[in-house]
This record gives sequence, structure tokens and C-alpha cells, in this order.
Amino acid sequence: MDIKGIDKIIEKHGGVAGLLIQVLLEIQGENHWLPKEALERVSERLRVPMSRIQHIATFYKAFSLVPKGRHEVHVCTGTSCHVRGASRILDAVKDHTGIEPGETDVDSKFSVETVNCLGCCALGPLLVVNGKTHGRLSPAEASEVMKKYG
Amino acid sequence: MARLNSPEDLEKLRQEVLSRNDPKRPCISICAGTGCIACGAAGVVSAFEEDLRRQGLGDKADVKRTGCHGFCEQGPAVVVHPDGVFYARVKPEDVPEIVSRTIKEKKVVERLLYVDPATGQRVVHESEIQFFEKQKRLVLGSNSRIDPGSIEDYLAVGGYSALVKVLRTMSPEKVISDIKESGLRGRSGSGFPAGRKWEACRNAEGETKYVICNCHEGDPGAFVDRMMMEANPHLVLEGMIIGAYSMAAHDGYIFVGGEFPLTVENVGIAIRQAEEHGLLGQNILGSGFDFTVRLSIDGGSYVCGESTALMASMDGRVGEPIRKYDHATERGLRARPTVLNNLQTWANVPLIINQGVERYRSIGTSGSKGTKVFSLTGAVVNTGMVEVPMGATLKEIVFDIGGGVRGGGKFKALQVGGPLGGFVPENQLNLKVDFDELGKAGLSMGPSLVVMDENACIVDTVKYFVTFLSDESCGKCTPCREVFRQILKVLNRISGGRGREGDIELLKELSDVQRDATLCALGQGAPSPIDSALAHFRDEFEAHIGEKRCPAGVCRGLSAAGPR
Amino acid sequence: MGIVTLTIDNREVKAEEGMTVLEAARGAGIEIPTLCWHEKLKPYTVCRICVVDVDARGWTSLDTACSRPVKEGLVVRTRSAKIDRIRKTILELLLAHAPDSPKLREYASEYGADRDRFEKDPSFCIDCGLCVRYCAEVKKKNAVGFVDRGIRREICFVPEVALRECNGCKECFPLCPTSYLQAAFVLVQALTAPAQPEKP
Repeated sequence: MDIKGIDKIIEKHGGVAGLLIQVLLEIQGENHWLPKEALERVSERLRVPMSRIQHIATFYKAFSLVPKGRHEVHVCTGTSCHVRGASRILDAVKDHTGIEPGETDVDSKFSVETVNCLGCCALGPLLVVNGKTHGRLSPAEASEVMKKYG
Repeated sequence: MARLNSPEDLEKLRQEVLSRNDPKRPCISICAGTGCIACGAAGVVSAFEEDLRRQGLGDKADVKRTGCHGFCEQGPAVVVHPDGVFYARVKPEDVPEIVSRTIKEKKVVERLLYVDPATGQRVVHESEIQFFEKQKRLVLGSNSRIDPGSIEDYLAVGGYSALVKVLRTMSPEKVISDIKESGLRGRSGSGFPAGRKWEACRNAEGETKYVICNCHEGDPGAFVDRMMMEANPHLVLEGMIIGAYSMAAHDGYIFVGGEFPLTVENVGIAIRQAEEHGLLGQNILGSGFDFTVRLSIDGGSYVCGESTALMASMDGRVGEPIRKYDHATERGLRARPTVLNNLQTWANVPLIINQGVERYRSIGTSGSKGTKVFSLTGAVVNTGMVEVPMGATLKEIVFDIGGGVRGGGKFKALQVGGPLGGFVPENQLNLKVDFDELGKAGLSMGPSLVVMDENACIVDTVKYFVTFLSDESCGKCTPCREVFRQILKVLNRISGGRGREGDIELLKELSDVQRDATLCALGQGAPSPIDSALAHFRDEFEAHIGEKRCPAGVCRGLSAAGPR
Repeated sequence: MGIVTLTIDNREVKAEEGMTVLEAARGAGIEIPTLCWHEKLKPYTVCRICVVDVDARGWTSLDTACSRPVKEGLVVRTRSAKIDRIRKTILELLLAHAPDSPKLREYASEYGADRDRFEKDPSFCIDCGLCVRYCAEVKKKNAVGFVDRGIRREICFVPEVALRECNGCKECFPLCPTSYLQAAFVLVQALTAPAQPEKP
């Protein structure tokens, strides 16, 4: 994402410092992560100190300070999925990818995140890869799903 | 679309919409809420569209893509109007049969009907299914008849008639007195009377006032706010416009979780349509009243459900709660008078205005009026979104509506109110859905009810909540952050078979400090799951600590039978 | 500015409107412990060690003395079994991070806090935020800030700003109740220092 694209987003929000989080969310949405240059540009244009941006970018779960992997894996760990065994599904995903939630592997193949509730509790426990939902899984089935993505 | 310049214009448009709708014309309503989409609803929608075309019925029937009907367990759900035939778990390959049999021949496809697990009987109509029959769907009832992207669908079910009534016949003071009299209490948990809040804001000094709809819902395992908003956004907007009118507020915000893309999309469309129709913006329906609504998207943080954190976040600051000595109705968002209500609260407003105070007050208990929507999940037969009158018992919800424990398992507990709520054992399921009764029992009227069976471990579930909160706390206040750190260590050692004598007492002592000394509701409420777990399931903690045994066989490294 | 009269620990205390309970108490020679409070900074209310019992017209609650505005007729108690227990626990929790902090040890002896109560977790930072707030509010440089949330929350220098501003200032160093801040700064310096030219 170039500076022009970032400026466009900032201008869309009127350059208002109060809309900082909205601006960052939009950059994250388009670029899938927040490069340092982008944060510096936002800091300069909105006149918000870097210290605050640094805090916001690490405080909210939507933001990532590193590029995401090619396959984005979300494991639902909401209460309903938890009582239906989500932690074992997460184990299967961790075993397959070798990374913890919130991380991206060194080959940038996978990014793994846990989510609080995906709103499809009837399908729990479940995982979502690149937007596709795989529901009512056993740990073994979760491993099978992961294998399909390499 | 031409702007509507008066209430009469709106009624004229409604008549137009209604006259275009032939009540006998088949309408295939497909639940395409987030849950059903995950089950493949989008494929079902396009299969219907294609098949109707293929069978030359493209102009003989409508396909409606709606929001959540509520019965997630049986998704994707399809209802064929006008007869209301309900098909469960429909796949794209089932579609040609439904089209040929039900649309063409007006017959029912037996094999796709819902089977009542208790009787083994097939049920034809949605209204006859026990899951729906036992609910009181005042707020959710229209969902299956509304395409959330169509303001005309909302008008067809009587939408915006409350706003018309208000603008034509009610003064702002009358609106407030009606809301006060209706007994409407904030649906987010604490149950503060909505009318009193509105009145305080109306009386507060200052030209600029804000109304905010909280559709943030960071609870793990709760999906009510987002589903309601996603399914019927105009209902919430109508409530907000009426509220804003009563307080003379001209700026509104909907604070919505960014993790809910469909909700964000549907609300965005609804706001745009309302603006185009003159229901938002300048001079609403020619009344001289101006009101705009904007979306504010949350970056993903549970603590932003706390009002001061929410308002900080909306203003581009980190979502940390702060100690305030003024009410938000005096100094809220950007230090202006602000009313913050949950979207369920706003959604009740048009109902109260339309039905009248008396009828609304007739539903519920003496202290809690109207209905309440919950997500019902976990080890339950019928996972879904349910709406019950206040005063319904938890038992009715779990067993009559929910169909009991799935897989024939044994009920252990109902988790009420999420991470800041508690566990209800079987012998207390007669508790009523009522702000005061749940409050007295140490529970809160949160959005989620999670059924736990014998396969769930209470210690593990408490650990799960503490882990969640220790990550979601803003972390600025010492007793919140540090107590979480220590409690997590204690719970980890208990669940890992390294529990020590005195650990239960230590949990209690630390929880007490956290409850008494923290800054905000997150830390103050965090001890609730621990308290109720120790009150009702202390034996499970003792088994883990004393016998090194996890009775449910959940905690790793511990077996159900204990060490050999 | 009006003068109000309140009661602190059974003593009648006069204070100016707009003052906090903490200021009123200290003005009357009544000591209330604080960790995140500083006279030049806005009340932050996070260390919670200054909690006191406040009775406002029969409505009793615990509140932070550093933030609570004085009011006519307020009845404040700065010590009770409950308050002492809270302070003791807070100190024990923080001593797990910074067992050698002089300030924590001083308070610990007053409240009977056991330095070894909890397993050591020597992060050395107690998240009081004095450095962050001093830099933002007084110096307006924002060279140091918070990152993350929950139990992972910590302070972190913004390297570019720190390199430019901190060497000539360092006014926050003596405010730190532990030795963490200086260590963090040295680390940032080391990590961001220009590489040494290679020897020919």
C-alpha cells in the first residue's frame, strides 16, 4: 500500500484525529497489516503521537503489525465452542502450523487467530480458513481440513 | 427514490408497497444470517434463483434472502410463504424438489420437514415447532419476512409507523413519559431504566447531544446483537430516531464490532436507505427535526463494551475505562450529554410506541417488562436465538425451547451472562428472566445462555473465562491485571494436577480484592464465575486438588478416575 | 473558590473546592499511600493503593483518593481492615514484579505485605505509567508509551522519538519506582544505535 492510498483513506475520514481507529481499521482492511510507514504517515497527518498509535495498534485485536500468511485460519473459541471441545481443535491447528494464535509462520503460509464468536454456534466447534467455515469438527477432521491447505 | 417529505408520504409509499405484494404469491424466505451462511445458505439462495428460472417460474415466486430466523440448529432454514412451510437443513441439491413440489404443486416435501425429536413427528409449519411455539417473538418475529437490504420489506411489516405516530401526535416529553411508564430497562445487563436516562439527557445543558447504539457484543459465545442488527437494522434505526427526537439530539452513532462484516454491511445499507427516504438527515419527514446516524467500528476489544471505554474508543483513543464523576447523560462522548443504549433496548422502542404503554407493560414481571433475546448455545439440542417474555424460567428456555441437553447427556449447569456472569445448577433453573431476580442470584442479564453437560468441566470453564478476561482487560489497573495473572497461575496448577491445599481460599481472597478495588465493571464482575463455581461446584475443585482427578475428563494430564 | 469541610479519619478538614481527597488529606497531614500519582499529572487511578472509604450522604463506597473531588460533608476513612487488606495484596502482587523497589518495600513494611507471597515474575515494571504520562503531559514529547493490553501490557519507547528527545531530558528516570525504565531506555538505545563502521 503506497502513501497515496493511505492519504486517500485519511481524507475520506476528513483528517479527523477522533477517527484514528476508523482510519487504521480501513488500512488494515485493505492491506491486511499495518506497516510502520503507514503508521508514521497517519501520525503525521492526523497529528497523533506515535506512542498512541503504537498502543492502539497493539491493543485492538483487528490490527496486525506483521504481514499475514497466505491462509488465514480462525478458530472459534467462544464459550459454546469451548464447551464443545474447541481447545482440541485449536491444538490440531497449532500442531499443523507450528504456531500459536496471533502468529504467522516463517514461510508466511498460515496466520492463526482465535475469535470470540463467529455467530454460528450450531456448527461448533469450528474453524474458518480464508473465509470458508468448517463446522462440527472432531480434532482429526480439523487436521484433515488443515492438510488441504498445505 | 424520491424523498418522503411528510408522514403522509410515508404512508402512501407503504400502501404502494403493500398493493404490489400479492399475499398469495409464493415467497421463498431463506435464512441468510451469519450462522446459516456458514452452513451454505448462499448456495441455497442461488440454487432457488436458478431453478425457478430453469423451471420457468421466475416471475411466479419471489426469493427472499433474510436475516437470522433464530433456529440456527436447523440451518440453512427455508420458509415457503404464504403457507409458512418450514424446511430444515436445506442443501442446494434439495432445491429442485422444493420448487417442483411446493411451488408448482403446492405440496410438501416430507423428507425435508423438521422432525420433532420428542414425538418423532414431522412438523410442517414453523409456528408449530416447539422451538418457536414457546417463544414470544415481538422483536424477532418479522425477521423471516424482511430482506435486511430492503426498506420496503420493513415498511410492509408496519415499519416506521411508530415514527409516524410520534411525529404526528407526540411531543418529546410524551415520548419520554411513555418510555418511562413502559418500564423499559436497558438490555445490556444492568437494567437501568431507559426513560430516566433519556430524561436526564433531555434536561442536560448543551446544544450538542449524542445518542449511541451499542452493538459491540464482545462476549464469547454471544451473537444476539449482531444477528438482530443484521436481520432488521431499520427497527433499531427507528428506535434511535424516536429516542433522538425526544432528547433533541441530532447526532447518532452505532458502535459495532468490526468482526461482524455482515452486520456492518447491512447497517450501512439501512442508514443509506433511510437517508434517501428522508427518514434520517435534515428535516425528517418534514417535521423540522434533524438527525444523522454514523457507524463507528470497534477494533476488537471486549472491554470496549464498558461505556467510558466505548466512548474513548469512538473518539480515537485506546479503549480504557476511566473514573468519572459525571453521568454520561451530562458528560459523555466528547464531554457532551450522551445516551448509550444497547441495540435491544432501541429495538423495543417502536414496539412500545406502536402497541401503547399498557400492552407493553402487560408482558413480563413487575420489575422487568417486555421480552429478552438470548443466544442459546452449548450442549443443547436446539442452538439458536430465542426471545422470551420476562418472567420465563431458565428451565423453560433450556428444556422447552432448547429441547434439553443434546446427545441425551446429563445437564450440569447453565452459564448465564458470559465471563462476568455465573453458573446456574439444575436445582436453580426455576430462576426467572428478570433483572432483579438474576441480579440477586449474582448473575447478569447478558446476551448468552450456554448449556453445559457432564462432559464440561467447571474448573476448565472458569479457567477459560479468566484466560479470556486476562487478555481482554485493558490492563491498566493493578488489581485487575495482577489478580488475573495470579488467579490464572492458580487455575493452571489446579487443572494441571498440581493444585495445593489453600488454593480455593487463595482464589477467594484474590477475587475479593479484585471485586472491591478495581476501576471498572470488568474487574468488578470478573469474580462472578469463580464465586458461583465455588458456591455450586466446589466438589469439582476439590476433586482436582485433592484427588488429582477431573471428573469430566477435560483437564489434560488428569483422568476422570484420578491417578493410579 | 469555595471552601468545603469534610471529615477524614474523624478529623474535620477544610479544603478548596476542586481539590481531591488525597490533596485535602495530605494538606491536613494525613498520609495516604500512592504509586501512580504525581503532583504535575492528572489523576490516573490505576495503582488503586490510595483507595479509601467514602461516605457521601449515606452512600458508602471505596474510591481512589487521588481522583475523588472533595465535597461538603464527605466522610472519608483512610484505613480499615478492608482497605489495609487491599493495600497489602496490591503490594504483594507488585512485589512479585519489582521485589527491590524501595517505595514498595517501604509501604510493604507498613502494611505487613509479604515480599515473597507470590512467585517472582521480575518484569520490574509495575505499570504505574508515571514515565508515559510525564512525557506526554509535562514534556509533550510522547517518547514512551504503552503497548498491548491485559496481562501483557507494558511500556515501550518509540525509538525514533526517544533517540531524538531522551538523552537531553531523562526527567522521568527518577520518577520510576523501580529500575525498569532506565533498563528499557538503554535497551532501545542499544537496538537503535547506528551500526559501527566496519574496520578496514
